[in-house]
Amino acid sequence: MFDASILLSALLNGLTTGAVYALIALGLTLIYGVLHIINFAHGASLMMALYGVYALKERWGIDPYVALPLMVPAMFVLGYAMQRIVINRASHGKDENILLVTLGLSIVMENMALLFFKSDTRTIDTAYTLTTVAIGPESAQVMVSLPKLVAFAGALVVSALLIVILQRTDLGRAIRAVAKEKQGARLMGIDVEHVYAMCFGLGLACLGAAACFLLPAYYVNPQVGNGFVLVAFTVVVLGGMGSFAGALLGGLLIGVVESFGGLFLGESLGQVGIFVIFIGVLLLRPEGFFGAKT
Amino acid sequence: MTTRRHFMSQTAAAASAMSFPLIAGAQAKSVKVGVLHPVTGALAYSGQQCRMGALMAIEDINKAGGIKSLGGAKIEAMLGDAQSSPQAGTAEIEKMNEAGVCAVVGAFASAICLATTQAAAKYNLPHVVDVGVADQIVERGLKNTFRFGPGYKKCAEVAVANLHVLNTAAGKPARTVMIIHEESLFGTGTANLLSKELPGYGYDVKEVIKHANPTRDFNNIALRIKQVNPDIVIPANYYNEYALLVRTMQQQKISPKAIYSVLGGAASSYKFVKEFPEAANGIIDCNHWFNPRDKRSLELKKRVEAQGQFFSYEVFMTYTAMTLLADAIDRAKSTDRAAIIDALNKSTFSNHIMPYGTTQFVNGQNMGAQPLMTQVVKGDIKVIVPRDYREVEPIFPLNA
Amino acid sequence: MTQLRKDIFSIALFVWTVAAIPFFTHSGVVLNFVMMALFACLIAQAWNVLGGFGGQFSFGHALFFGTGAYFQAIAQLSWGWNPWLAMPAAMVMAALVGAWVGALSFRYGLKGSYFALVTLAFAEVFRIVSLSVPFTGAGVGLMLPLKESVGNMQFGSRSGFVWLILGLVTLALCVTAYLRNSRFGAYLQAVRDNEDAARAVGVNPFHVKTWATVLSGGLMGSAGAFYVQVFQYIDPGIGFGSHTSVEALVGAIVGGLGTLWGPVLGALALHLLADLTRNLFGQMPGINMIIYGVVLIVIVMFLPRGIAGLSTYTPKSWRRND
Repeated sequence: MFDASILLSALLNGLTTGAVYALIALGLTLIYGVLHIINFAHGASLMMALYGVYALKERWGIDPYVALPLMVPAMFVLGYAMQRIVINRASHGKDENILLVTLGLSIVMENMALLFFKSDTRTIDTAYTLTTVAIGPESAQVMVSLPKLVAFAGALVVSALLIVILQRTDLGRAIRAVAKEKQGARLMGIDVEHVYAMCFGLGLACLGAAACFLLPAYYVNPQVGNGFVLVAFTVVVLGGMGSFAGALLGGLLIGVVESFGGLFLGESLGQVGIFVIFIGVLLLRPEGFFGAKT
Repeated sequence: MTTRRHFMSQTAAAASAMSFPLIAGAQAKSVKVGVLHPVTGALAYSGQQCRMGALMAIEDINKAGGIKSLGGAKIEAMLGDAQSSPQAGTAEIEKMNEAGVCAVVGAFASAICLATTQAAAKYNLPHVVDVGVADQIVERGLKNTFRFGPGYKKCAEVAVANLHVLNTAAGKPARTVMIIHEESLFGTGTANLLSKELPGYGYDVKEVIKHANPTRDFNNIALRIKQVNPDIVIPANYYNEYALLVRTMQQQKISPKAIYSVLGGAASSYKFVKEFPEAANGIIDCNHWFNPRDKRSLELKKRVEAQGQFFSYEVFMTYTAMTLLADAIDRAKSTDRAAIIDALNKSTFSNHIMPYGTTQFVNGQNMGAQPLMTQVVKGDIKVIVPRDYREVEPIFPLNA
Repeated sequence: MTQLRKDIFSIALFVWTVAAIPFFTHSGVVLNFVMMALFACLIAQAWNVLGGFGGQFSFGHALFFGTGAYFQAIAQLSWGWNPWLAMPAAMVMAALVGAWVGALSFRYGLKGSYFALVTLAFAEVFRIVSLSVPFTGAGVGLMLPLKESVGNMQFGSRSGFVWLILGLVTLALCVTAYLRNSRFGAYLQAVRDNEDAARAVGVNPFHVKTWATVLSGGLMGSAGAFYVQVFQYIDPGIGFGSHTSVEALVGAIVGGLGTLWGPVLGALALHLLADLTRNLFGQMPGINMIIYGVVLIVIVMFLPRGIAGLSTYTPKSWRRND
């Protein structure tokens, strides 16, 4: 039914799309794994990051990849502030309230973007937006878009960085301690509020990186975050909440499933594959592939 | 049967009054018209473009002397936000009704129009539909609903007939077709109609691909196009997906004999042509379009662009809907709703910038309404069919 | 007075007061506002049954909403049923879906955020499938033909719809009062507060939680059927989209979980807020929603237990490591 080049293309396409999902999910899994909150504002935060990358390119001509060292720290600061100043204060630590606060934040962010940038879709034009790279043997050669390949590499690098931070640094140790046993960590002298805020900041910093890799191949408008939120949650659950390797592999897997699902079931119905997996994992192995068994 | 005593309606009226320009020493009453569009939410861009069109029309009408048969009464807009949902649209209609508007122009999206026309019908409030292409809107038997532009049945029929004209004139180089549509009302409805009409003209519909809203990636679909290798690709989707699809096709070096869209989201869009000139080049669209031979449309285009906006179809569709309404109010010589509905029914309005000729409403649909075929040529959008409005010779096929 | 008597009295007072409104005003604006506010109350109350009393936070309540709505539409369009017959049947259908999802999730021991996410996933699956399947009209959706008559549940004036939704809200209030005053309700809350302890004294958590899902789903389904009668159009986005799920949970949490009047107050307050901001600031698109979002955050900041403020608890099962 499908010849080799089509299948190979779908596979590669799925992997590169999945890499973007992984980048978005990395931040979410950190926030969920440590703070145990389902961050309703994740999609809107991605949207803010995308607008940031857009503005840097349009206003000051800074290329998205060059903008990485600018966007990542900026998003980190935003995330730290959001958690420390708003979420922590407003929610009094209750989970249902955290939900509402992040929801309120997402509404505010989306409509602030609407106010400042208006509602039309924005894209950027770079020299390499349309460049493709040929991959595969002569008989089944496939053209893969360059920005997506870069995104793939980016996802690997960011995951590796996060794993290193968590395993090798003091901050990482503190984060792991708080995630495992909050009260105990507090008793050991760890400033839990600060660690929470650092986590949130790191989570949003990942989104900053994701935005830099995503915008060349995509677009931005105030509602753009909504299209990624559900997929990101699926990836987080699949990979195991709190596991970066899980988010990376989960993202790649979901990307491939979506790609092949679209190929065999049609693009509209094919989306269902993602959620069937989501349900299956939740029912049969809720800790995901790499999560710790409770 | 409205009472103004309750607090809510007073607040509403007061709030809307704050937005009206003051009328200095008016001897003539002002004519209140509701302008209802989804200016926030998912459809915000289109809603805001529509609103701009309406306000520009009101400005022009007032500058030209207002409603002459009412002593030069000026039109006052009561703005409403449908918030991209039928519920909010309905609530706004209730407000507008109580504020005493004599008619409503809106609401862009078919799903919202279905709700707002019905809500307005309860009060016999005339509702001019500016875009809303779903045919059910005018097929429900509501006496207050009038649509100036064409519905998607008409657009699909015209598109297919004209494709055949173009193809035959070029010696019939194209035979196979692939349709790519978005999954909701607009895309599915259009695709269904096309699939029915095309075989009748001898075209082979090889495949119909439905995609989600939003779709994040079109590489698989592009692949499929490459594999099926149709002569003509027909997209029917909204701006974002259309743009992504065409860019992906360009990236994957897929160039069919024609990209022929029906109500294509980005096809006859100045914004798209400006941002992606290469990908847009040669695309043919069957869409709402103004009369290119009417100088006023070009003037309007210049004014819109001077404000830094794009002259998109939402702007001129709502602009002309408003001029239609103003003409009807003038003929009715009153702001009485029933009189306006009667005037619309009998309308022969022809002093407009659309290629519709003399207006004639049958069951709320303007029979003269038609889409035009345009093609992107040298970075500009020109009309190719029908001949009366042709600006350039069509390039078909794109690559022999 | 016993709690049950107090509850019944307050419900009766509420119903009589609201039912009288259409006699005091014919204003379309007011009646429409009352109707949509009651609608918001209904979905918040439906969510509260499972979320507030059962302690299981669902993020996919639109699943039941859409089921009710589609059933109501299909029954009339494809089988020619009378809408008065279709509505209770739609509620039963939604309740059955609730039984299925509840049984499946609780059988596998899903709790807390896992349960929340699985309900979200189910809602999405239904949305995606209904986009492709012909009998739901696929992407085009379903439209009820216009035929105004009481017998056809399409009321000429808003008053009829106001009384209809009031009836459904009353049903939800009675169900809530039942949960507050019955043994089943006590079991449910016991499971909510400490599932293991409840099991130890002989309560069957699976049984109890699934029944709560059934009740919650049925009530939500009634809201879906109501929606279709008023707006006469349903499509996958409207039926199964997350907007309805969010509106339901927000109303209940802001109002006060696990209380009788919390969801009503919360839904009313939020609906009023949305309407006011739209009326006062509708001129500059976006500002009204920003204010709405800020007020939401502020409400949560200063009223952590919700408006009703009486019942307060943090579902123990929510936190994985506490």
